[in-house]
Amino acid sequence: MKRMIGFGLASLGFGLALSSTPAVADEFTAADLQRWQGEYMTVVAKGEKLFHGGLGNENTVSCDQCHPNAANTHPETYPKFQQQLGRVAVLGEMINWCIMNPLESKPLALDSPEMVALQAYITHERRGTALTPGKH
Amino acid sequence: MNKMLNRRGFLKQAGAVIAAGSLPLSLVEVAFGKDEPANFTFAYISDSHITHIKGREFVRNWDRGLIRAVAEANLLDPRPDFIFYGGDIAQLGKPEELDHGLEILAGLRGDVHYVMGEHDYYLDLGEHWKKRLGPDHYSFDHKGVHFVVLNSILTYDDWTHNKWPTAAERMHQMARLDNPQGSPFLVGDAQREWLKQDLAKVGKDTPIVVFSHSPIQKIHKGWNFWTDDAEQVQDLLKPFDKVTVIYGHVHQIQYNQIGNISFHSAMATAWPWPYPSTYRQVETYLPKLTVEMNRANPFFERDATGWQFINLHTGNVDMNYLLPDNTNRVVAFDTTAGRPVDTRYQAVANRIPPQNHY
Repeated sequence: MKRMIGFGLASLGFGLALSSTPAVADEFTAADLQRWQGEYMTVVAKGEKLFHGGLGNENTVSCDQCHPNAANTHPETYPKFQQQLGRVAVLGEMINWCIMNPLESKPLALDSPEMVALQAYITHERRGTALTPGKH
Repeated sequence: MNKMLNRRGFLKQAGAVIAAGSLPLSLVEVAFGKDEPANFTFAYISDSHITHIKGREFVRNWDRGLIRAVAEANLLDPRPDFIFYGGDIAQLGKPEELDHGLEILAGLRGDVHYVMGEHDYYLDLGEHWKKRLGPDHYSFDHKGVHFVVLNSILTYDDWTHNKWPTAAERMHQMARLDNPQGSPFLVGDAQREWLKQDLAKVGKDTPIVVFSHSPIQKIHKGWNFWTDDAEQVQDLLKPFDKVTVIYGHVHQIQYNQIGNISFHSAMATAWPWPYPSTYRQVETYLPKLTVEMNRANPFFERDATGWQFINLHTGNVDMNYLLPDNTNRVVAFDTTAGRPVDTRYQAVANRIPPQNHY
């Protein structure tokens, strides 16, 4: 697995060197920033779709039914002691709790593309809010 | 069972709860005098969002909320004069959903009056709802109070008739609360004209109670906690001494006073919604008067859902919120202050940490 990632990064670096930027590890251009933001927003948009009925769960209940604009999800407060679980949890665990309970479906792997996209959307809707880990 | 008995006890003691709150004792005696024929109560259930999955399968959670509200409303003692249903029986306006919801609601003891919600309307433009329940706007008089029901979830014709390829797509679009492709609610010209004519026959000292699904005030346009012609409807209600508007849609406790008009929202039986201020990317306008309900604990399925019963005395409304996994709330009209107040939490010093939304 590690070897695969290493190979992926190497080919990415090679690709960049060929296109626009000079082969300097710590420099990037405005065009790079724009592209990276675009990549991020693509995943936010994918998360928005999943959040609004895109998870394919059989009972059809969707995240936005209780959390319009992902409100009341408080990504800025995680990790925190989740009183109902009796331990410190990360946001992804609470997303899975919702998927398993109101959505009556199967949890996602915490590093799955779907989970990443959901967290990107939820956090994007909360942008600008100060981090307050642990807050209730 | 114990909880049920406690609830019955609470219902019987509602007058005492209000007396212990903010109203002067002499007024309470008048308001709750045994021989005062004008005093009466009614129950209010709203926003069940019954969701059809396939065949005879419906989402269990939303079914349970409505079943519980019906069972508890049937325990009210003394009996309410009637029951109101505040709209959104269905989630996607399907006949299966409306029929299933009405089958559960048929268990209610007493007469039921219905308000149209957008989830009941935008599939077939209210056809099945009207076939089962009759007109979507009407009025009646009861014990000296004039009751008016409006269909406040209409919108602009172009959005309704020209924007979507199918009726099902239109319904899906309107069902998404935070939809940037949505459209603001309207009572509309025709109903406002009807309301004007209806109110022309009513004395200015007659208490008026208006039911709408959406708030006839502007709170948060992005979630349609909003009616676009709210001010024009309010103008028609201004000449009357005592007016109360009761609405569903928002799935949370809200109350407000604008001039002579008191506003109260109802809980959903299905699920609670966040307060608009918790969405940080836009400006919102929750009435300053409102003491927010507790932040919901999702691990308790019915937390922050509920139903309510309403005392109508001296022409003003006292809302009693019945909250299954939470402390019940009472928002009563304070005649001295001239507005609704929470009888326990209104003073800032009396509020509790779970009421802090952020």
